[in-house]
This record gives sequence, structure tokens and C-alpha cells, in this order.
Amino acid sequence: MEFIQPLNLAEALEAKDAHPEAVPIRGGTDVMVGLNFARSRPAAVLDLSRVEELEEWGLEDGLLRVGAGVSYTRIIEEIGGRLPGLARASRTVGSPQIRNRGTVGGNLGTASPAGDGLPPLYASDAEVEVVSTRGSRRIPVADFISGPKRNALAPQELISAFYVAEAGGPQQYSKIGTRNAMVIAVCAFALALHPESGRVGTCVGSAGPTPLRAEEAERFMRGVLEEGGLWESRGAIPEAALRRFGELVAGAARPIDDVRGTAEYRRHSVGVLARRALGWAWDEYRGVRGAA
Amino acid sequence: MRLRLVVNGEVREVDDVWEGESLLYVLRERLELPGSKNACEQGECGSCSVYVDGSLVCSCLVLAGQAEGREVVTVEGISDGDDLHPVQRAFVDAGAVQCGFCTPGFVVATHDLLRRNPDPDEADIREALAGNLCRCTGYEKILDAVRLAARGATG
Ligand SMILES: Cc1cc2nc3c(=O)[nH]c(=O)nc-3n(C[C@H](O)[C@H](O)[C@H](O)COP(=O)(O)OP(=O)(O)OC[C@H]3O[C@@H](n4cnc5c(N)ncnc54)[C@H](O)[C@@H]3O)c2cc1C
Ligand code: FES
Ligand code: FES
Repeated sequence: MEFIQPLNLAEALEAKDAHPEAVPIRGGTDVMVGLNFARSRPAAVLDLSRVEELEEWGLEDGLLRVGAGVSYTRIIEEIGGRLPGLARASRTVGSPQIRNRGTVGGNLGTASPAGDGLPPLYASDAEVEVVSTRGSRRIPVADFISGPKRNALAPQELISAFYVAEAGGPQQYSKIGTRNAMVIAVCAFALALHPESGRVGTCVGSAGPTPLRAEEAERFMRGVLEEGGLWESRGAIPEAALRRFGELVAGAARPIDDVRGTAEYRRHSVGVLARRALGWAWDEYRGVRGAA
Repeated sequence: MRLRLVVNGEVREVDDVWEGESLLYVLRERLELPGSKNACEQGECGSCSVYVDGSLVCSCLVLAGQAEGREVVTVEGISDGDDLHPVQRAFVDAGAVQCGFCTPGFVVATHDLLRRNPDPDEADIREALAGNLCRCTGYEKILDAVRLAARGATG
């Protein structure tokens, strides 16, 4: 096995070009499990842990650009105020040890339908930036994740960052598991209120082949808020509308039975999560005087 | 391949490291530091917890080459020679050690918690130790040990 350790992004891209079969590793929290159990024996491993460009985050043209190598711990501590939904999701990942090492870039690389970093990106229309020696392209996250454990990376490409708007309103993330830590989600739900555009962003996690937007639920709630003038009045969302929203989210799930839960349980519980998440987020919106 | 890293303050050089092995393997099998334990090799149990450049990690999930040039502190580096660190002392005094297999990981994780937060509340403690498993104690005595160490730490 070859171990390749580039010291900057340019070197990393050249190495990936020369060894398209090399498996990138950053936090290693997915890759090492495969190596330790001899499930994977790649011919080459490309270590990205020295590539400082991947560790950077900042504002660019009004959007946040977050490097693929920023750990969950840093997302929580440094960017949590700007991306509260992603920070909530990050807090549910593994344990302190895992969050210190694991990255959203790695979550995108693994592309698991249960990846906790992904639903908040869907709910806020994030884009994934991928690079190769030939240049870079930006892909909406829902197109980047192309199937269960599949993504749109070409063999010569690396994930460099994701782009997402700073939260313009309350965001939530809820996850169901057997304990409060160290669990792969049975199912999960991300919500982002976008008062500036009147939109309600959603995403169901771990209840389908990929994370799934609940588009019908989004359209429905957008209509409810618009027609009721609720964005302006900050009035309560009628109980029946909250329930309907939950049902529509449940309807968007495409779950399967597996060791962690049945399809029926997942569909039901993701609807409950959605109804509650919207209730919490809307309460927060109503309480925030003068929010945009 | 050859690996050079700083372990517990000392520069160490290791030859013939296989590219696919973990930092945990390097520590235990090549550097004769068996304090960090190998119980799951998949990040689930925390018994291999060490610091890498001051960050608490599972050494079973760090690829050996990733530790090149890094500063690693293991449970052996937390004590001062044969003198137990106050966190270790607290584990002994609270009776938080049964078979002891999980103890090094809990000690390093507790050390990290108290370094960041010398006066943790109950939720902080549970959160900080969520990545460490113990099959013997039922955790109550471990929580006692952390509280005891914290009282010592806050004076
Ligand atoms: C004990 C434990 C608990 C966990 N709990 C959770 C959890 O609660 N929720 C959750 O979502 N996940 C969880 N995970 C899985 C894992 O921690 C996450 O998927 C994490 O985001 C992976 O990030 P990483 O940097 O460690 O990735 P790595 O293991 O380094 O890489 C993961 C994949 O992404 C690729 N990759 C990484 N970086 C790049 C890049 N820049 N460009 C291209 N490809 C790249 C790698 O080749 C690999 O295919 C857990 C893992 C463990 C071991
Ligand atoms: S051996 Fe590393 S976490 Fe269990
Ligand atoms: S004391 Fe035996 S595993 Fe914790």
C-alpha cells in the first residue's frame, strides 16, 4: 500500500491526478474502520490531513465557504452561530473523539443516507465544490449525492469545500437513535426557515437511499405561511397545518426495514420529528423580535 | 515506511511501519506503550484515546502516517513518572477501576474534559465521556471519579 502525503492542495490534486485510484483520508473515521477490518485494501491512500486549504472557512460573495477538512468540533465551536442546523447535527455525531477528527467533507465522501452532516446542507441548498488539476465545479448537494454511498466525484477530483448561506432564520436538526450519543440515525430530520425568501427548507435523513427533500411539505408550508401572512404577523401556525406538514414529510420518506428500525417506524417517526422541529423553529422565529 | 513523531515529549523514530496500520498499533506494538488499549478498532469504545496535537482522538482511527511529526500524548504521558496524575488518583480513590481495560481511555478523556472545563456539570461529564465504554462498573463510580477529580481541579 502506498501512502501519499501532500502538503498543500496543489500537491494533493497532482497526486490524485497521478493516482486516481488513491483513497483520500482526512479524519479517517470511516476509512480506518474499513482498513482495520481489512474490508478495504486500497493500493494507495492519499492523506489530506496536512492540506491547510481544506481547513479554512470564511465568507465569499455573501456565502459561507467551509473547507472539506473542517472538523465537526470546529463547526460547532467556530461556525455554530452562523449555521445552527449543521451545528446541531454535528453535535449528534459520534463522540468528542469522533467529532474532533471527522469532517463534513468525509461525510460527503462516504455519502451514507444516514450521514448527519448532509440533511442540514440539503435544507439550506448548499453546494459542494469539487476540484481537480483541471479546475473546480460547484454541484448542488442533492446532485452531488447520487445514490446510497455514491457521489458525483470523478476519480481525479477531491472535495474542497461546501458553500451555504448563513442562517437567515431558525434551524433545527432532530435524530432518532437508541442513545443520545454514538448512534447511527434510525431517522433524522433537518429544517431551515428562510424568512428572507419565505421558504421552508427540509430534509429527511436515514429514511431513503439518500437524504431526501420533502418538497411537497415545503410547498405546503410555504403556502400556509404566505396566505396567513404569518411571516409578518409572527402568528402561530394552526395545529392542523403542523400535522399536515408532518404527514407530508412522512410521505416523502422512502425507508426500508433494517436492523436499526422498520420502514413503518421510520416513516412515522420522521413525521413526528418534522412536526416538532417546525413547531420549535417557528416558536423561535416568533420570539425573535426584528429578525429579517 | 519510516515514521517520526513526538510521543510523550520524546522524539521517536520507527522503521518498517506498514502504511495501513493505525497509530494505536504503532504505540502498542512498536513503541512498547501498551497503556492505550485495543478493544474495538472502530472508534466505538474510546479505550485507545490519546491526544494528537492536543486534540482527543481514537488512536485506532489515525493512520500511522498521519501522525508523522505530530505530538502524541498517551495515558503513560499523563502521569509524572510513577506519580499518578490527580485524574488517575481520583479513579483509584473512587473505586472506578474494575478490570481496568477501559480506564486508560477514561483517564485521557477525563483529562481532556477538565482541561477544557474545570467545573463540568453532570451533562458536560456525560457528554464528554459518551465515546468511552465500560463493561464492568456500570459507570456510576466512573462519574464519581470525574467529580472527585474536578473538585480537586477546582480546589
Ligand atoms: C464510532 C463512530 C461513530 C460515528 N458516528 C457518526 C454519526 O453519528 N453520524 C455520522 O454522520 N457519521 C458518523 N460516523 C461516521 C464518520 O465519522 C463520518 O462519516 C465523518 O463525517 C467522516 O469524516 P472523516 O473526515 O473522518 O472521513 P474519512 O474517513 O477520512 O473519509 C470518509 C470518505 O470520504 C472520502 N473523503 C474524505 N475527505 C475527502 C475529500 N476532501 N475529497 C474527496 N474525498 C474525501 C474518503 O476517501 C472516504 O471515502 C461515525 C464513525 C465512527 C467510527
Ligand atoms: S479501540 Fe479505538 S475506539 Fe475502541
Ligand atoms: S473496568 Fe472493566 S471495562 Fe471498565
